[in-house]
Amino acid sequence: MASGKEITGKIQSIGNTMKVTSALEKVSASKIRKSQNLMNATRPYVRMMRRISGHLSKANPEIRHPFTIEHDTVEKVGYIIVSTDRGLCGGLNNNLFRATLADMSKWQEKNAEVKLVTLGKKAAAFFKNVNVDILGSISGLGEQPQIEDLIGAVRIMLEAYRDEEIQRLYIVANEFINTMTQNPVILQMLPLPPDDDTELGDIWDYIYEPDAKTLLDEVSVRYIEGLIYQAVLENLASEHAARMLAMKNATDNAGDLIDELQLVYNKARQASITQEISEIVGGAAAV
Amino acid sequence: MTKTIQCDIVSAHEEIFSGEASMVFASGIAGELGITPRHAPLITQLKAGPVRVQQPNGEEEFFFVSGGILEVQPHMVTVLTDTAMRGEDLDEASAKHAKAEAERQLADRSGEKDIAEAQAELSQAVAQLAALEHLRKKLKR
Repeated sequence: MASGKEITGKIQSIGNTMKVTSALEKVSASKIRKSQNLMNATRPYVRMMRRISGHLSKANPEIRHPFTIEHDTVEKVGYIIVSTDRGLCGGLNNNLFRATLADMSKWQEKNAEVKLVTLGKKAAAFFKNVNVDILGSISGLGEQPQIEDLIGAVRIMLEAYRDEEIQRLYIVANEFINTMTQNPVILQMLPLPPDDDTELGDIWDYIYEPDAKTLLDEVSVRYIEGLIYQAVLENLASEHAARMLAMKNATDNAGDLIDELQLVYNKARQASITQEISEIVGGAAAV
Repeated sequence: MTKTIQCDIVSAHEEIFSGEASMVFASGIAGELGITPRHAPLITQLKAGPVRVQQPNGEEEFFFVSGGILEVQPHMVTVLTDTAMRGEDLDEASAKHAKAEAERQLADRSGEKDIAEAQAELSQAVAQLAALEHLRKKLKR
């Protein structure tokens, strides 16, 4: 049986771990609400964007923007992967990467090249060991990601698409369903799926200032940026939720273990006292 | 005939204004705009400048935008404002930054080692706890 000192040492070290995990849990719990608010605040922007880009495609069908044209053959695929900067959030990143790898291997079987832009340190660290081409990466978005932080990453992919370096673009991120559930989702970004808003049926056109092509370009770029921004915020909320849950489990486990070890310690102490007494009694009897 | 027009002003971070307006003023790329209900469809880039919304009760709301897009439909005005300063050069610079970051990450395999190590230790401790818990449950059965 382990000695008393050994057990108290173990109890102490588990207690220290428990302090860390419970602190992390509390921090995440308080951040969830904030990141959820951020997530909801961007919804109107993306909704309006979708409406306008829908109107634009209705108003001027003869100008086809490159972003809406479907390519016949797909030889190169781009992914934007949204991950977290920090770990200790359960299987959140790993589930996401696994889903991504499964999707990628489907393309690679068809001999398509895969190109990536990674957001967050975890994706950068993971995919540098995978045989894919990383075009760009951004990390350190922090608690309040700004849309301007993402412009660079988005631009790399959009330019690759314009130059036909990629024929399809996907975004991979965790979808925040509720604090208990987060799902990895892979969404097609480019070519832009057609909008089937039938509100404006008649033939009409905008007055464009300065001109149709510039505006179409501007709107689609912003629309895509908006979608990616939203994915980043959703991933952030997922991160906090997943971390809270993982840390709660760890804290509970640590608590249980400490209780159990305490019991073992008490038993060991009791055993040694009993032994001492019986030794004394035995000694006295011998005299 | 309607005397008001639905006006929505949004940025990527928040909904700035949403409501009825009797007139909306903004500075488009080609000049000042005054939009009344039943205006012809129009879409324009916005210059940095004020956007004024005249509400039916005579009050005026005043916003400053650093650029964006304005869309007009006969029954609604939508203003999408940029929170970022935009420009070909600025966008290009941030794209370059992202590329450089990717290269740095690929080249540098030791960066931010301390934090990573501490974190790895902690996650190991957590994993151990989970494993012990699992084992304990098994033993009980």
